[in-house]
Order: sequence, then structure tokens, then C-alpha cells
Amino acid sequence: MTKQINVFVENKPGRFKKITGVLAENGVNIRAIEIQDRGDYGIMKLLVNDPLRAHVALTEAGLAAALRDVIAIAIKDQPGELFKLAELFEACGINMLDAYGFVTQAQQEAIWCVEVEDPSEVTRVVTEAGYRVLVEGELYES
Amino acid sequence: MEVQYWDRERETMDRESLEKLQLERLQATVEQALKTVFYKRRLGKIGITSGRDIASLQDIEKIPFTTKNDLREAYPDKLLAVDRDEVVRLHTSSGTTGTPTVIYHTQHDLDSWTDLTARGVTATGATRADVFQNMMTYGLFTGGLGLHYAAERIGMIVIPSSSGNTPRQMKLMRDFQTSVIHATPSYILHIHAKLAEEGYRVEDFNLKKAFIGAEAHSENTRKKIEGLFGMEVYNSYGMSEMNGPGVAFECVCKEDMHIWEDAYLVEMVRPKTADRVPDGEEGELVLTTLQREATPLLRYRSGDLTSLNAAPCACGRSHRRIKRIRGRADDMMIVNGVNMYPSTIESVIMSVPEVGTNYQICIEKQGSLDRLTVRTEIYSKMFTGDIKALEGLKTRIREKLKSAIIISPVVELHEPGALPTYEGKAVRVFDLRDKND
Repeated sequence: MTKQINVFVENKPGRFKKITGVLAENGVNIRAIEIQDRGDYGIMKLLVNDPLRAHVALTEAGLAAALRDVIAIAIKDQPGELFKLAELFEACGINMLDAYGFVTQAQQEAIWCVEVEDPSEVTRVVTEAGYRVLVEGELYES
Repeated sequence: MEVQYWDRERETMDRESLEKLQLERLQATVEQALKTVFYKRRLGKIGITSGRDIASLQDIEKIPFTTKNDLREAYPDKLLAVDRDEVVRLHTSSGTTGTPTVIYHTQHDLDSWTDLTARGVTATGATRADVFQNMMTYGLFTGGLGLHYAAERIGMIVIPSSSGNTPRQMKLMRDFQTSVIHATPSYILHIHAKLAEEGYRVEDFNLKKAFIGAEAHSENTRKKIEGLFGMEVYNSYGMSEMNGPGVAFECVCKEDMHIWEDAYLVEMVRPKTADRVPDGEEGELVLTTLQREATPLLRYRSGDLTSLNAAPCACGRSHRRIKRIRGRADDMMIVNGVNMYPSTIESVIMSVPEVGTNYQICIEKQGSLDRLTVRTEIYSKMFTGDIKALEGLKTRIREKLKSAIIISPVVELHEPGALPTYEGKAVRVFDLRDKND
């Protein structure tokens, strides 16, 4: 399963710079980034090329960071594809805790990243429906 | 349980002999006090002109209390009872809130102080085989020098590192395998928070014991520090007016602090009315020095809230114990009409594993009501990355605080290290109400 890094971040100037600075110093490349906001604080979610290294670097810099399993589902980059996936989720009663997407190859492939309560069950359901779920490491070095 | 004593005879003397000694010393102290400008005038007014006017320990109630304000008014020398040539050192308070106060010491005063403190250190099981790193500030603040001389007298290897310069503290602890440290609880927690950043792990050290003091703190704070470092933590009590550290110390039983009653006469009163409080009930600690030559103090109002524990202690010492200080009488906060102490809030914070050990309490006016905000830091090792868990955590802290202090505060979560840390005494309460009015 794909590892995402969740970083606790206060909502005040300079925090984004701090986090990206630590990653830059450690040669970590960011593949995707999303912020879940709760007003006075939020959680910055990062998909990076080297999650373990990023986790160590952020923790050593004194930040609260945690590695989380997410499901990265490959879909076609064309109209209606996300809708099809949404239909599958609804049919199977899958509730997304959080999700975000990004395009890897324009007009061809996009990645839909979801956090769910039960990642292994959802991986099974999605795979059975014919989707490709990215394996650990696949996103990291590409 | 192994019990060791510094001065077995004195520490275990029976109550009757102890009280006899107290009366002798009280009379001598009154005699000594009459040599000062301040007490000559004050005691003269009520007809006390000699130590013999105090016939029993109960007679001390004839004497008026001495307050911090009296010390300020007596500054710089109206409380000096000996010839200046006899004085070998003086300590002044910071005077941040007004005129400073001063305590003079003769060589005999310093010697007794050192012995009292050595009793406390020995009571924790520390010995000359220990390496002692003293992280309390050296100088006019008594915390550093007080423990320094006691540890030297015991024969420990003393590292007088003083406070601050955290990376160097860590290097000293590792290089010399420090086994005992002395610091404020907030500074020890600060060191822990900085370990990873400086490239150290707890296992790099040989810490066995810590003496903490100079700040009121909760039992949960002690447990937190013990858990973080895997060492035994002993509470100590003192104040500059009563020499400094070493007035009371926990023994190996770690249940309340033995107060050295051959050196201090203990009374406990209600802060407002000054009525006597029965043993076991909370009151303000009032102390009379029993062996000080240069600056004798009679019935000094410490401002510290605690209670007396007169039960016998398993260690065999006959000197009664005081509970950990709950705060100062003037620390009490009134929020929306409800009385509370910062220490109650601290105790709740320290019982929640997901938050760190640093916190701030802020009180503001919001319309006609007071708003209480408690700021805490996320503890990185317990962070799971789940936003629902964080919201649940906020709710849990709020509920716990509400059941402890009755009113429901706003709880804020901050990044590790976001709140200011203090190398000396921490400042945690920010009451902004007056400014807003």
C-alpha cells in the first residue's frame, strides 16, 4: 500500500515554508500535496518519492508527522472516469475519509488517492472491479 | 527499601526532644531578631524584649506575621542581626515586582543550609558515587548554589552547568554519565523535547534521579518525567527567604516532603483570616527560622499553599511532611466566578499522553464573560495523522478540564515546540483581562 505522510501544521505564516524547506534539504521530491484544514490547525498530506526519509527528516526537525496507508487508484484521465469510481464506491458502501487526485500523464493516467477506514478491504473491492491499485513504492521513484 | 541518613540523630529524633530543641532555638531566634531594627521596633510594640518572653511554642502566636512586604520595607539592612563583618554572603530576590528583598548569611548560616540540603539529597538515596549535574541558575537565585554546596559536601562529582545551553547540557550528561540532575520540571521537559533535534536518545545517558523544584508542579508531571527518562524524580521545596532549596525534600518513599523542623518552625494558616489550619487541611505555609544568625525571620508568610502530613513515614524520619505545593495563594484565578489553580489544569494536561508537556493558560474578556483558553502541543510520538483523532482529543481534553475546574475552556492544539519554553521558572498563565478593561 502507498505511504502518505501526514504532518500536523498550525495555521500561521511560515509553516508551509518550514515543511517544504525540510523536504528540500533532504532531497525529497513531492508528488502530491493536500491540506485538510480545521481552522486553527490542519493536516498537510504529502505523497513523496521517499516517505521513510521524509518522515525521519520531518520528525527530527521537531514536527509531528505520521506515515499513513492510502489507496492510490489509477484511472484514465478522461471525462466520466472519476464518476465511474464514485459509483463503485457508492454501490459498495465505501466512505472516503479524505481524498485527492493528480494527473501523472495528461490525457492518459491520473491517480486518485483515498483514505478509508479499512484500506485492505477497499483495495480488494477496487481491484476486483478491474482497477489497478498502485503497490508500495510504485509512485515513489516514478 | 534502603534508607540512608545524613544526620541520623537529628532526622529521627523523637517529637518530644525535637519540640524541646525547637523552643530553645525559638527563644534564641527571638533574641537574635531583637538585634535587628525591624524586629526591635515590631516586637517592642507588643512587649517582647527578650527570648524569655516566649515561654512555649504556642507563645509564637503572640508574634505578628512577617510578610514579603515587610522584607521589602526592611531592605537593605533593617533585618540584619549581626555585625557586617560576620556576613559572608547575601542573596537578593529579583525585585521584578518592586523593591527587592535581601537575606544575609554568616558562615554558620551557610553551613547549616548546606547540611539541611545534604539531608534531603541523601534521603533520596543519592551518594558520593553519583555524578550531579546542577541545571539550576547560579547566582543571586539560590537554586544553583544551594544544591551545589550540599552535593560537594556529600562528595558527589558536581557539574555546575547552571541553566540554559541545552545542547551543552546534553553533551555533559552523556560524556560524564551524569546520574543525578537538579532542574525545574519545565526545563527537564524542555530537554526531552530537544533530544531528537540534538541527535541524542534517552539511552545515551545514565540518569537515575532528578531533583525538581522552584516551580509548583503536579504529581502527573512527576510521573511524566519519570516515564520519559526512566528515572526516579524527587520533589524538593525551598524559597530564598528560608535560605533557598533544601527546606523540605522527599525521601525514597516519594510521598510528601520532610520539612526540617529543627531548622524551621512550621505553622499552617488560612490565607485570608490567618486562623490556624488543622493538620491535613490545606493552608498557607508559615515558617520561622530556628538557627539563622544573620537574617532571622519570625512567622514568615510563604504564600505557598500546602498541607501538613503528620503521619509517621516508613523511612523513620520524625520530621513531618508537607504535600507538594498546590500553588501560591496569589496564583488563584477566578474565571467567570469560579476559583481555580493553574496546577489543576497542569495535572489534566500531564495525564493526556497525546499532548506534550508544555502548555499555556490564557484568560481574556469576551463581552461580559471571561474566556479561558488552554494551549497545548501535540506530542509527536503519539501523532497518528488522523484529523478525527485530533478533534476527539480536543474534546477529551476539554471534558477532562471541565470536570476538574467546572468551566469549559477553549482547547488549542499547537505544533511541538510552538509554545515558548523557559530555562528558569516557567511563565504559563496570561491573564489579559485587566488590559482589555
